[in-house]
Amino acid sequence: MTTTQTTATPATQKLGIATTLALIFLLFSGLIFSAEDVVQGSTVRIMYVHVPSIWVAYLAFALTAICSAVYLSNRSRSLIWDRFAGAAAEIGVLFVAVSLVTGSLWGRLTWGTFWVWDARLTSTAFLFITYVGYLAVRRLGGTFRQRARRSAVMALLAVLEIPLVHFSVNLWRTLHQKASIADPNAKVKLDGFMLFTLFWGLISFTMLFVWLLIHRQRLMALEDAVQDQGLDLAIQQRRTEAGR
Amino acid sequence: METVVELSGVVAVLSSFPALAGIDLAVQRGEIVLLHGPNGAGKTSVLRVCAGLLPIERGEGSVMGVNLRTQRESVRERVGLLGHSNGLYLELTVAQNVAFWASAVGASSQEVALAMQQMKIDGRLADIKASQLSAGQRRRCALASLMVRRASLWLLDEPHAGLDTAGQDEFDAILRTAVNSGATVIFASHETQRSRSLATRVIRVEGGLISGGES
Amino acid sequence: MTSRMQTARRVSVAVARKDLRIEWNSKVLLNQVAPFSLVIMIMFAFALDNEGILQRVAPGLLWLATLFSMLVIVQRSFAVETADGALDALRVAGTEPVGIFIGKSLALMVQLFALELMLLAIALVLYTVEPTAMGYAETFATMAVATIGLGFVGTLYGGLGAGARGRETLLPLLLLPAVAPVLIGATRATEAAFGSGGAQSSEGWPWIGLLAVFAGVFGAVGALAFGPMIEE
Repeated sequence: MTTTQTTATPATQKLGIATTLALIFLLFSGLIFSAEDVVQGSTVRIMYVHVPSIWVAYLAFALTAICSAVYLSNRSRSLIWDRFAGAAAEIGVLFVAVSLVTGSLWGRLTWGTFWVWDARLTSTAFLFITYVGYLAVRRLGGTFRQRARRSAVMALLAVLEIPLVHFSVNLWRTLHQKASIADPNAKVKLDGFMLFTLFWGLISFTMLFVWLLIHRQRLMALEDAVQDQGLDLAIQQRRTEAGR
Repeated sequence: METVVELSGVVAVLSSFPALAGIDLAVQRGEIVLLHGPNGAGKTSVLRVCAGLLPIERGEGSVMGVNLRTQRESVRERVGLLGHSNGLYLELTVAQNVAFWASAVGASSQEVALAMQQMKIDGRLADIKASQLSAGQRRRCALASLMVRRASLWLLDEPHAGLDTAGQDEFDAILRTAVNSGATVIFASHETQRSRSLATRVIRVEGGLISGGES
Repeated sequence: MTSRMQTARRVSVAVARKDLRIEWNSKVLLNQVAPFSLVIMIMFAFALDNEGILQRVAPGLLWLATLFSMLVIVQRSFAVETADGALDALRVAGTEPVGIFIGKSLALMVQLFALELMLLAIALVLYTVEPTAMGYAETFATMAVATIGLGFVGTLYGGLGAGARGRETLLPLLLLPAVAPVLIGATRATEAAFGSGGAQSSEGWPWIGLLAVFAGVFGAVGALAFGPMIEE
């Protein structure tokens, strides 16, 4: 092929530029423009990455579940749903990891330890492990349709598993802090600009997610196409064995 | 005549290797079709596609009117497949193996007794664990387990392998009886001398395609 | 529809009897898995090295040992299916996957329950646990309900590993997170039954309820999802 293959289109290029600008603004807004917290000081700035990360992770895993369900219920069994499910899960695993790391850094600064066996932390760790398992199942090999069916079933099982784990962990540990914005005990008072920065983070991370998702899906489509072309070639070769 | 198996342009893939490269095959009821050809030609894959085990990647196929693309699971109860492996539980005795397959498909104890008698694995052999059998005895046990299935399409991969001459004769007789009562047989084999005399049609498979046939 | 249900019932009975007969003939559970879980229980004592702590955490150790042993039993349960292509033969035989699922789950439950009884006896002796009569009743109830859930979920994920080589190593990664609710629920319920750390026996019943929900959910979903799991 002579032309350079790219997964970008004019639309995603514009989205990419917008996302970059939004993230640069978040950087300034979060690190410089926004005020320190009265109690937590600069530590509070971790929140501008931490909260959007876990938001993107939830968004991604929800999308994985929806796409898997659509794949299984759709008669045509279009592989695009499988690719969106897989792409979303990969990005979700990345962002849940970011939120775990930023969360434990924040915990070190605030609570003095990297980890506490709090219900939310524990079930988030399980969320991470569950989708690492899902990604491993996606790589088991086989044909596209085998991969798609197997991983769609796994994704739906994960949807089932997560509330069960979450519920039991919650029953187990219900004594720690609630969500910061809602809970006055967490001693974070967000002023207007801090709140704006947080929402700006949510928006720009969501843009980043959409941008990554589209590119990853297109890349997967190209990978599948390469394998498909490889199959055409392999069939040709196979036929020459028969002398035709 | 009633067409039992119809494959047209079937491509089947093992991981990413096209085991079948667009195969066309039509088998009528009552035929005994021999598939022969070199190792890796795709004979086993033809059988597995017909049994509804291996999905069709491209092309169309049907077995006994059941579409292999959309409902390959529902063809299975009417076919009997004997693959390379025997499908036995090695820690069970011969009698327990045959009895399990009989109870899984709802066959009666008379049918079990008859199958074991015909394959000569009743008596002393019946209480021996499958892991302690010789290759030929295991094959007999697998064939007896297959007989209780009462399949209308028999798919056999090297059915004679490991059997002694007497066993091969017995097995051929059983196959002919099944065909006379309305069954169809497709089998893959190298041993063309015996196989040719058993078959009503011989087809050569090569490179995932039918490369020649004779009636 | 009813004939499919009859088929499924017939298959499940046949598969469960077959799996238990294989165990009866081979005695792998008795000769290999049971000693393995005994070793785990002893190793816990080495690692913790304090009788007070052992007594306090005995319920957790009991269930951890159960889960580790379960991994071995599940792998074994599907190894016998794939050793000589029997699973392929089962699929071709037109047996309802639901029947295979329920049959293999039942056999797994029976084996797990036997193992748990043994582990309970070991805990009584080695970890000096002394439940009351009510505590025993609660312990057996916990074991029964937890075992049903474990049987279903173990069979469901075990089926995924049965398809091809190189998948056995995936089983612990998929199965252990899925059974975390059982570990939490069964441990808390058993703590209540044993009175570990001053727990009241009435505290156990809500956890048994959680275990029942788990068993019900995975029984229903496993019946649906097992078929696609064992397909190629």
